[in-house]
Amino acid sequence: MTYESVIGLEVHAQLLTESKIFCGCSTRFGAVPNQHTCPVCLGLPGVLPVLNKKVVDFALRAALATHCTIAPSSRWARKNYFYPDLPKGYQISMYELPIAEHGYVEVADQGQAKKVRLTRIHMEEDAGKSIHDAEAGASLVDLNRTGVPLLEIVSEPDIRSAAEAGNYLRSLRALLQYIEVCDGNMEEGSLRCDANVSIRPQGQTEFGTRTETKNLNSFRAVEKAIEHEIQRQTEVVEAGGRVVQETRLWDADREVTRPMRSKEFAHDYRYFPDPDLLPLVVDQTWVENIRADLPELPATRRARFMHDYDLPAYDAEVLTARKDVADYFEASVRTCPAAPKVVSNWVMDSVLRFVKEEKLDAALKIETWPCPPEHLGELIGLIQDNTISTTIAKTVYEEMRQTGQPPEEIIEAKGLRQVSDTDTLQAVIAEVLTANPDKVEAYRGGKEKLLGFFVGQVMRATQGKANPQMVNTLLRQQLSQ
Amino acid sequence: MSHHALTIHQAQEKLRTREVSAVELAQSVLKRIQETDERLHAYLAVCAEEALAQAEAADRTLSNGATPPPLCGIPIALKDVILAQGVRSTAGSKILERFISPYDATVTQRLKEAGAVVIGKVNCDEFAMGSSNENSAFAPCRNPWDTDRVPGGSSGGSAASVAADQACAALGTDTGGSIRLPAAFCGIVGLKPTYGRVSRFGVVAYASSLDQVGPCTKDVRDCALLLEVIAGYDPRDSTSVNTPTPSYTAHLERGVSGLRIGIPQEYFIEGMQPEVETAVRDAITHLSTLGAEIVPISLPHTEYAVASYYIIAMAEASSNLARYDGVRYGYRAAEVEDLGELYQTTRAQGFGSEVKRRIALGTYVLSAGYYDAYYVKAQKVRTLIRQDFLDAFEACDIIATPVAPTTAFRLGEKLADPLTMYLSDIFTIAVNLAGLPGLSVPCGFDHHGLPIGLQLIGRPFEEEALLQAGYAYEQDHDWQTRKPPL
Repeated sequence: MTYESVIGLEVHAQLLTESKIFCGCSTRFGAVPNQHTCPVCLGLPGVLPVLNKKVVDFALRAALATHCTIAPSSRWARKNYFYPDLPKGYQISMYELPIAEHGYVEVADQGQAKKVRLTRIHMEEDAGKSIHDAEAGASLVDLNRTGVPLLEIVSEPDIRSAAEAGNYLRSLRALLQYIEVCDGNMEEGSLRCDANVSIRPQGQTEFGTRTETKNLNSFRAVEKAIEHEIQRQTEVVEAGGRVVQETRLWDADREVTRPMRSKEFAHDYRYFPDPDLLPLVVDQTWVENIRADLPELPATRRARFMHDYDLPAYDAEVLTARKDVADYFEASVRTCPAAPKVVSNWVMDSVLRFVKEEKLDAALKIETWPCPPEHLGELIGLIQDNTISTTIAKTVYEEMRQTGQPPEEIIEAKGLRQVSDTDTLQAVIAEVLTANPDKVEAYRGGKEKLLGFFVGQVMRATQGKANPQMVNTLLRQQLSQ
Repeated sequence: MSHHALTIHQAQEKLRTREVSAVELAQSVLKRIQETDERLHAYLAVCAEEALAQAEAADRTLSNGATPPPLCGIPIALKDVILAQGVRSTAGSKILERFISPYDATVTQRLKEAGAVVIGKVNCDEFAMGSSNENSAFAPCRNPWDTDRVPGGSSGGSAASVAADQACAALGTDTGGSIRLPAAFCGIVGLKPTYGRVSRFGVVAYASSLDQVGPCTKDVRDCALLLEVIAGYDPRDSTSVNTPTPSYTAHLERGVSGLRIGIPQEYFIEGMQPEVETAVRDAITHLSTLGAEIVPISLPHTEYAVASYYIIAMAEASSNLARYDGVRYGYRAAEVEDLGELYQTTRAQGFGSEVKRRIALGTYVLSAGYYDAYYVKAQKVRTLIRQDFLDAFEACDIIATPVAPTTAFRLGEKLADPLTMYLSDIFTIAVNLAGLPGLSVPCGFDHHGLPIGLQLIGRPFEEEALLQAGYAYEQDHDWQTRKPPL
C-alpha cells in the first residue's frame, strides 16, 4: 500500500522589536545573562504586564502579509506550567481568540505556486533559557529572552512532503524577513519550528494519528525529521501497529525522533483569559495604517521582476526571496537599466556569494554589504560599453568589495581600461605570432584549436586588458594571411 | 488628645500651624505601636528609622513656607501585600518571609510623593486570603475592641492599626470584602474603590480581576483625602482606567438631599445578627431624615455571588501564586532531589493551608473538562450580577446594606469550617464581582460593644456620592470617635 503524508507546521518567530512585549527591557541577543531584566520580566511579586504596541504592529504586518482575517477583538490568555525559565509560572499567550486567522502563504517551488493555509497567528512572550551542563550540580537560568515577543504561526495540514515543508518554511521565512518583523535565524533560535506529521493510505480522506516533533533548529532538521517521521510511521503501520499521538524530539546527531518523556511537557496548560490585560481591540484605522506601510510582497514582486525585467522564473525567485536582495538588485538596475539580466547574474553570483561568505545575511541591511548597488550598476555599465572586459570586471569588483571605491576610480588608478585600439592590438598580435612560428605553422596546417593559445598570449601581454572580441577577430585575420 | 489619636485632617492642621512637628507625630505613633502591638499584632514590620527620616524631611518642607504636599508628615501603614522599596514585604506568607522589595508599588510611590511617612507594614491573611486575619503565617492580628476576637480580614492589620491609633490611616486591599469587613469589625471607615480606580502595580496579586487598593481611615474626610492621593490612571497597570480623578474632598459636604438610596431585599437575610440589622436600618432611616429618598430594589442573582466569587478568585490565585516556586526569590526548600521535588516541597512548606486549599481548587476549576462547568459559568454569573447592579442603579443612586451579617467573631470560631468563614463576605463579594465602589462606615455597636458597619455601594467611578452620604451620616453620630479600651 502507498501512504500519503500529511504535515502541518507550527512556527515561532521572534519579533525584531527593540523592547520586550510586556516591559521596557531590551530584546538584544547575546548580552550577559540576566542583564536585560526588570521586576516585570523577572516575575517579581506585584508586577503587571503592559503591552508593547509595536508587537501588535508587527503581528498585523504578518497577518496582512499572509492574507489573514484580523480579529477586531482578541484576548490574552495564560498558559500555566512550571519551569525554572518561566518566572511567572505561566506564559502570556493567546488561546481562544487569536489576533488573526484563516490566512495562507504562497509557496514558490521552481516557478510553481501552492497555497498553504494558515489556521492562526497569535502573539506570545518567550520564556528564558535553562543551561543544564555548564556547571556541575546546578542548572543556570538566563532570563534575557523572557518576554521577547514571539508570533506563533500555525499552518493547516496542507503540506504533503518533507521537501514541501522545507519550501513552506523558506517562503514563510522570506515573507517575515520581507516585512522586517523577524530575522529568520534558525540557528540563533529566532525562527523555531515544530512539525505535526501523520500518514494515511493514499486516497483516504480522514487524517491518521499525528505526532508532534520538536527541537527542529535548521531547515535540514525540519526536512530530515519529517522524512524520518514519515518513514517511522509507515514502518509502524506496515508492521500492523498503530501510531501513538505524542510529542517527539528530533535528535540531530543520530537523525532520529524519539518520544519526549512525559515530564518534559505538561498535559493540561489550564488556559484562561489573563485578567491583567484588557482585550486587544484593533480597529480598521490601525489595520489600514499597517497595510499602507507594507512593502511589496515577494509573490507580487516575483511576478513584476519577470514582467518588467524579463527575468527567468529562477532569477526572479532567487532575487525576491529576500527583500534586501531584491532592493539591492533594483537599485543596481536603476544605474544600469539596459542589462537587467546581467545585473541579475552578478547579484546572484558575486554579490550573494560574498554576502554568504562573510555571513552578512543575518544583518538584513544592504548598507553593510560590500559595495553600494550603484557601484555594481556602474561596473556592469562599464562592461556593457566595452570599457573593461568581464574578466577584468571580476578583479575590479574584488577591489570594490574591499575598498568601497567606485569602479571608475579603481580602473583609472590601476590602468585597467580595456585596450580596443586596433593598431596597438595589431602590434601585440604581430609580436606574439613572431615569437611562436611553430604554432603559427601548426595552426595554418589545420590545428585551429591553437587560437585559444594565441588569445591567451595576447591577453597576457596586455595584462588582460585587451578587448577579447577584437583580439579574436584580428588574430583570425592575421593568421589567415 | 495624644498626637497618635489625630485624624489625617486634624494632623494636617496641627502640622500646618507647627503646633505639632511631623517627628513628634511619628514618635507618638511609634510609641503607641510599641505600647499596644504586643496585644494586637497589627504590625509585621515597623519602619521606625525610615519613618523618622521621612518625618524630618516633612518638617523641613513644612517649615519652608511653601504649600506642603497633601499628606506631608502623616504616618500611614501599608498592608503587607503592598510593596515598599527596601522594606520586607511578606504578604503574610512564610514563602516571602525574607523578601525585600526592590521597588515601590504605585500607591506607595504616590503616598511618598504626597509627603506621607510610611510607618510600617501591617498584618493580613496570607496573600490576602481570609476573612479573619487568622491565616497570617506569622500571628493572627486581634481586634482592638476585644482582643479575643478577630479584626476581620484580610486587611485586619490595616483596620486594627487605625482603630488602635497605631497609624493615622492605612492602605488595605479588597478582593471580596477585605477592606470593608475589617473596617466594620474594627469601627473605622474603609473604602474599596471602583475596579480600575487605583493602580494595582506593586500589589501582590491574589485575584487580579477583583483586587483593589483602598483607604482605611478614622473618618470619612480622611478617606476622601487618602483616596485623592492614591487614585488615578497608572500606565503600569493596564486595568487602571484613564478617567479624571475628581477632588473627593471638594464637595464632601454636599449632603444627601434628593439622593435615591436603594435597599436590596436580598441583603437582609434570616440568621443575621438582629442588632446589625437594626443599626443598619436606623442608619438608613437617618439618611432619609436628611433628605434621601429610600427605594426598595432587588439584586436577584445575589445568592450565586459567593460561589462564583470563590471559583474566579481561586482560579486566578492558582495562576498568580505559581511564581512562588523557590527558584528566584523567597523561601526554598532545602535538600531536594530534583526539580519536581523542589517545587513540591517549597510550596508545601512555604504556603499555609488556606492558600493551598485555594490553589488546589483554582487549579481544579481551570482543568480540562471542568473549565466550562466552573470557570466559564462563574464568569457568566458575574455578568448577571453586574447587570443586576446596573439595572438597580436605574432606580437609585447608591445602595445601602450591612457590611457583614454579624459583628466580629472570636478567634478560632470559624477556622474549622471554611464555608462558614466564606459567608462572612456574603454582602461584600458581589461589589467586587461587579467592579463597583463600596464604602464601610461605622453605624453603631452591639451589646458586646463591638462595632457595626454600614455598606454604601455606588455606580462605577462614583465614589464621590458614597463619601458624601457617609460624611452626612457621620456628622450626626459619634461612632467613629469612640476609642477601643486598649
